[in-house]
Amino acid sequence: MKQYLLSVIHAWDAPVPPEEEMLAAFARVDAYNTELQEAGAWVFAGGLHPPTSATVVRPQGGDVLVTDGPFAETKEQLGGFWVIKAEDLDAALGWAKKGALACDGAVEVRPFQDEAED
Amino acid sequence: MEDGHAAVAAVFRAEHGRAVATLARLLGDLGLAEEAVQDAFVVALERWPVDGTPPSPGGWIVTTARRRAIDRFRRESTRQARHAEALLLHAPDEPEEVGAVRDDRLRLLFTCCHPALAVPARVALTLRLLGGLETDEIARAFLVPEATLAQRLVRAKKKIRDAGIPYRVPSEAELPDRLPAVLAVVYLVFNEGYSAGTGEALVRTDLCEEAVRLARVLAELMPDEPEVVGLLALLLLLHSRRAARTDAGGRLVLLPDQDRSRWDAALVAEGQALVRACLRRGAPGPYQLQAAVNAVHSDAATAAETDWRQVVALYDHLLALQPGPVVALNRAVAVAEVDGPAAGLALVDELDLGAYAPFHVTRAELLHRAGRPGEAVEAFDAALGLTTNEVEREHLRRRRSEVGGPA
Repeated sequence: MKQYLLSVIHAWDAPVPPEEEMLAAFARVDAYNTELQEAGAWVFAGGLHPPTSATVVRPQGGDVLVTDGPFAETKEQLGGFWVIKAEDLDAALGWAKKGALACDGAVEVRPFQDEAED
Repeated sequence: MEDGHAAVAAVFRAEHGRAVATLARLLGDLGLAEEAVQDAFVVALERWPVDGTPPSPGGWIVTTARRRAIDRFRRESTRQARHAEALLLHAPDEPEEVGAVRDDRLRLLFTCCHPALAVPARVALTLRLLGGLETDEIARAFLVPEATLAQRLVRAKKKIRDAGIPYRVPSEAELPDRLPAVLAVVYLVFNEGYSAGTGEALVRTDLCEEAVRLARVLAELMPDEPEVVGLLALLLLLHSRRAARTDAGGRLVLLPDQDRSRWDAALVAEGQALVRACLRRGAPGPYQLQAAVNAVHSDAATAAETDWRQVVALYDHLLALQPGPVVALNRAVAVAEVDGPAAGLALVDELDLGAYAPFHVTRAELLHRAGRPGEAVEAFDAALGLTTNEVEREHLRRRRSEVGGPA
């Protein structure tokens, strides 16, 4: 089995949808998380606070510089992610498709370098 | 000696795809498979001219590639190499049954044409691994620097390995999603050869032949998929006209003016038989319908005898399946033959295809036939402004002066 990172790309400048839409999306994501766990594909997942909550620490002359805000100044930023186990890319893309529909956002699929030995 | 080299070259083109596909199954890695097959052909170049070509050249290449790969892994003796060596020593020669199909080449084709790869990478991988074309040949055909193409191949093979793109034939359920990507690559290769984007020659016969060969492999491996058979029929019917598409001076000759005795009768007959066979299955798709249109043209002994009503009916069907301005443009040409140039023009003028040279060529010819020479010349000028192939440009300049008098 390989491990894949499924990143949800969120446009943080988009208007917040009405509450009932949000609740419906949360319910879909909950159901999807349960499906991942029951299939044994679940490793770890989490949603993130907005990029305004981010802080960047970067090396500078042997010390570090700490700055407020996300590293990249783009409107579309990581909104949350799943780490899953899958047989191959086709299986990972199958989960990504369900995840994208559940959270109604683009999902980027990237393999981890080290294969899990199980 | 020379005969020996020619034999290796011929076997290379014919057997490369099968050999890489078999080694890829045994090794589970496309890059290693390609290196092993390359090694085997190097040995063949040394041995065949001296010892003679073996009775089963393809089998000889696979066996030699396998031995060379084992030798290579023994020299390297890393963990991964030992693992690969064990796979090679213990893997059975016969592939396991996979769905309805079991040919290694089909797995290789579906891997090369995986939707997670960019289209140019799919084309390059397919021509390199299945077709056995050299990197510089593919680069020349698609007018990209060789270094760019080599980079593209390396990147694609790395993605296949790192992302875990599976080396397998999709299941029956996945096939409708995945087959069109494979057919599109083969069609793209053919079109690149049939109407070379730029340059001096109109047709790159080598690319057309490669596409026909790939389509034959697909049809042999998936005889139950009507669109696969439809694509092969379409390519055979188009390819049958290659000798008649240019005159002795290398100038473009359009379908109505072609000397039909120069069409390849055997390819026409084969293409027509395939069209009939696949349409009988009652699941006409875009490739089958385009093949059917070309079968109607091939049926007519002269251009005047073309059954244009049937062509219009086929385009109606195609437009319903695959709505789009290019199909609508082709349909308008057929309508003009049935109902006159004014009817065709009315349809053409509704289309938003100003950046597409054939749109202006079609308008120019219809305006000419409708007795509006001034506008026809303007349309030829618009087409000339968008055409880069020298043979096509020469044709357009000639038509422009015939239609409008000396400029």
